[in-house]
Amino acid sequence: MTKVEMTVNGKQVSRDVEGQTLLVSMLREDLRLTGTHVGCDTSQCGACVVHVNGKSVKACTMFAIEADGADIKTIEGMAGSDGSLSVIQSAFQEHHGLQCGFCTPGMVMTAANLLKDNPKPTEAEVRHYLQGNICRCTGYHNIVKAIMAASGQDVSAIAAE
Amino acid sequence: MPKDTGIGASTRRREDVRFLKGKGQYTDDIPPAHDQAAAVFARSTVANGVIKSIDTSVAESMPGVLAVFTGADFADVGGNPAGWLINSRDGEPMKEPKRPVLAHGKVRHVGDAYAAVIAETEKQARDAVEAIEADIEELPAIMDVKAALTSDNFVHDEIGTNQCFDWGWIEDNRRATDDAIKGAAHVTTLELVNNRLVPNAMEPRCSMASYKESSDEYTLHTTSQNPHLTRLLISAFVMGIPENKLTVIAPDVGGGFGSKIYHYGEEALVLAAAKRVGRTVKWTSDRTEAFLTDAHGRDHVTTIELATDAEGNFLAFRTETYANVGAYLSNFATATPTFLHGTLMAGNYTVPNVYVNVKAVFTNTAPVDAYRGAGRPEATYSLERVIDKCARELGMDPIALRRKNFIKPDQYPFASAAGLEYDSGNYDALMDKMEEVADVAGFAERRKASEAKGLLRGFGVNAYVEACGIAPSNLVGVLGSRVGLYDAATVRVNATGNLSVMVGAHSHGQGHETVFPQIVADMLGIDAQSIDIVHGDTSKIPFGMGTYGSRSLAVCGSAVVRATEKIIAKAKKIAGHMLEAAETDIELKDGQFSVVGTNKGVSFGEVALKAYIPHNFPIEDIEPGLEETAFYDPANFTFPSGAYCCEVEVDPDTGKVRVDRMTAVDDFGNVMNPMIVTGQVHGGLGQGIGQALLEAARYNEDGQLESASYMDYAMPRADDLPFYIVDHSQGTPCTHNPLGAKGCGEAGAIGSPPTVVNAVIDALQSGGKNVTHIDMPLTPHRVWSAVNNA
Repeated sequence: MTKVEMTVNGKQVSRDVEGQTLLVSMLREDLRLTGTHVGCDTSQCGACVVHVNGKSVKACTMFAIEADGADIKTIEGMAGSDGSLSVIQSAFQEHHGLQCGFCTPGMVMTAANLLKDNPKPTEAEVRHYLQGNICRCTGYHNIVKAIMAASGQDVSAIAAE
Repeated sequence: MPKDTGIGASTRRREDVRFLKGKGQYTDDIPPAHDQAAAVFARSTVANGVIKSIDTSVAESMPGVLAVFTGADFADVGGNPAGWLINSRDGEPMKEPKRPVLAHGKVRHVGDAYAAVIAETEKQARDAVEAIEADIEELPAIMDVKAALTSDNFVHDEIGTNQCFDWGWIEDNRRATDDAIKGAAHVTTLELVNNRLVPNAMEPRCSMASYKESSDEYTLHTTSQNPHLTRLLISAFVMGIPENKLTVIAPDVGGGFGSKIYHYGEEALVLAAAKRVGRTVKWTSDRTEAFLTDAHGRDHVTTIELATDAEGNFLAFRTETYANVGAYLSNFATATPTFLHGTLMAGNYTVPNVYVNVKAVFTNTAPVDAYRGAGRPEATYSLERVIDKCARELGMDPIALRRKNFIKPDQYPFASAAGLEYDSGNYDALMDKMEEVADVAGFAERRKASEAKGLLRGFGVNAYVEACGIAPSNLVGVLGSRVGLYDAATVRVNATGNLSVMVGAHSHGQGHETVFPQIVADMLGIDAQSIDIVHGDTSKIPFGMGTYGSRSLAVCGSAVVRATEKIIAKAKKIAGHMLEAAETDIELKDGQFSVVGTNKGVSFGEVALKAYIPHNFPIEDIEPGLEETAFYDPANFTFPSGAYCCEVEVDPDTGKVRVDRMTAVDDFGNVMNPMIVTGQVHGGLGQGIGQALLEAARYNEDGQLESASYMDYAMPRADDLPFYIVDHSQGTPCTHNPLGAKGCGEAGAIGSPPTVVNAVIDALQSGGKNVTHIDMPLTPHRVWSAVNNA
């Protein structure tokens, strides 16, 4: 067992973990932050995306001990301290960018990183950036629309209903 | 003006808030019980084998191990049943070999579980699984559906064949269909494969059971689309636990698409384990397990013939299908290629003769069952591909050929030659709207632009009609169903005026928490925020058959309406008493009960309170309380229909296909929440385009699943798909349910695959490549090969 210390959603945490414990397992099982999901076993699906030192990372592809000393943000840390939805989260709700909700945390975390890197992405850029996030429910239309809307771009031309 | 609230409004979803914040509670998220234990399965690595022995002694003695189960432990337990009896053409009932909880005697597909370890932790269970010594004598794998029928190597030795059934529909029409084809001026023939798919809901399956010895009660939390059905199957057929001793709870579920309808052996195992070890036992699938064991979809090999006269009038469709059912019969596996497939083989058309033959075949592959569309995508694909080929052969425009044969709006109700009665529709209006919103007229210019870039551009079209809102119990009972397919709702008005609506449907992405309250609020004239639904817990809901087959609105929604009507009737009685008027003089408007023609009124809230504080109440006439239940059995299927078109660009050098435009014009009757309905179409389109271009569950000749992870199975990503154009303005209301609603959940997956393939063929033909068909998925390699071998 190794002791790891990190900041998670602004709080200092300290845990003893085995060397083989994945970051996603530590988040879900030890810290009970179950908003980060496991959808595959080959690091493709993106349901486990979190931010590590400001960058989106698939938490299934990282050991907890590698996150020692890191600043981690999960989906639970995205809403405001008063519980209000962030701009991206609100846009997802407004534009029906989720259905079953399972891929959604990863989508939101990835979207947040995208808009930090590229504040006004084109449709093609959004779609390309989402290659690491699989959704089975939405066909991606409303996810892409939500992200572009969250970036402040006019999405009224994109067919809605 | 679009509505703000109530029926027809695009009300934003209230369930989104918890999902967006990561506060959803999926089964694997449930906090561990104080006595939590883990189950891990030992699964076959060969497709076909005789289990000579299983030595669990080492595993049993490993750290943390609480118990080890093998098939022998379940020898006296019932098998997982087939839910629909199909009779073969010779009158013989279908073969129903036992599907045990754990494989016993033989393993029959890669991934078939033959043992399970229960341990303190998942890691300890996994280690112990590896210590199980199973002596399995490998046999040749039975993989090809046609070869399986003449082989004497049987998936199930006890039935002496690999044929489950050989079904014909409608037998009485067979001779006339054969004659029509013999005498026809023109016959188009097409051989096609409807490719095997893996549903791949993003949440893997998970089941967790606990047993309370003091009351002999079990609780099962499981990723299910239909907790009551799961309870019924476990109770009546498998474990024999009385229904009143078994609670099944499906909390938040991350997608299903059919794969989570079925009862699976893992559910029975964790229940048995919870009792044996006296602990809460949980199993969570990983993605590889999901690929190997979740019910797969489609997998038909079909020959279809279309006979026409010289002018292109359809005279007959005749099909022969080999349907792979896999190693075991999953619960709806026998209905999917028969009564959800053959009955749609007249399509949107007035064709007078239809005959369908389906041979269902066992192979050493995962069980195959309903997956988004469940038989209807298979029917539509066969029809719309052969029609397209016929159009080319006759030199007719593909839209004109379809219109020529469409059922016309004044012909409803229409008895199709495949045995269903369609209630309403207007296929010409759909096609007109499609031509408009898809800017079909502009295609020629867009083709020139693509060609200038060195790309071929194709236009593909499709019409579909499908049968959903599953299902009228009397009808399906006559056809062999062993379950009823009604649904139920209880509307409970609380004393303080808010409502709980218990529904038998289950939401795993469909937005029920938002839509059902919209309906009730609309009917009562009250704020939808005061209405909450309860779903997914058999201990809180009278009954339900769950969510699949695009039925939640048409069937459960109708039950909600009927229960609310009963509430209104009783509330009027109470209001009449309160207002000293006859109940027939009471009207309800905007949440107020008033005496017609007067200002005298009471609010819904006042009536609710009175019902629960019944002072000065006419107890001879009215019981206290305000709660009503309705069970609703639909009179018929609902028949959504659509006109879809698609434009693709094909790179002739690489074979790469890109969907540039995808238009779906659907008739869903009355639409409750346009935003949610559109979202359902989007999702179906994504899956349908995935089937057409990307997805294939591929087994090799030894029965190894070569596409058992997201590295090898091409799931559509955001950059594989375009924005869609969706329209449902041309709805013709369903004539037989109180909402006038037709199901919408599967349409996108039904209409899109033939549309895409038709477009690719059109693209290649426009470039002078003489290709008339390519089997799905139209990967670059397949398209390139077709072009270069043409």
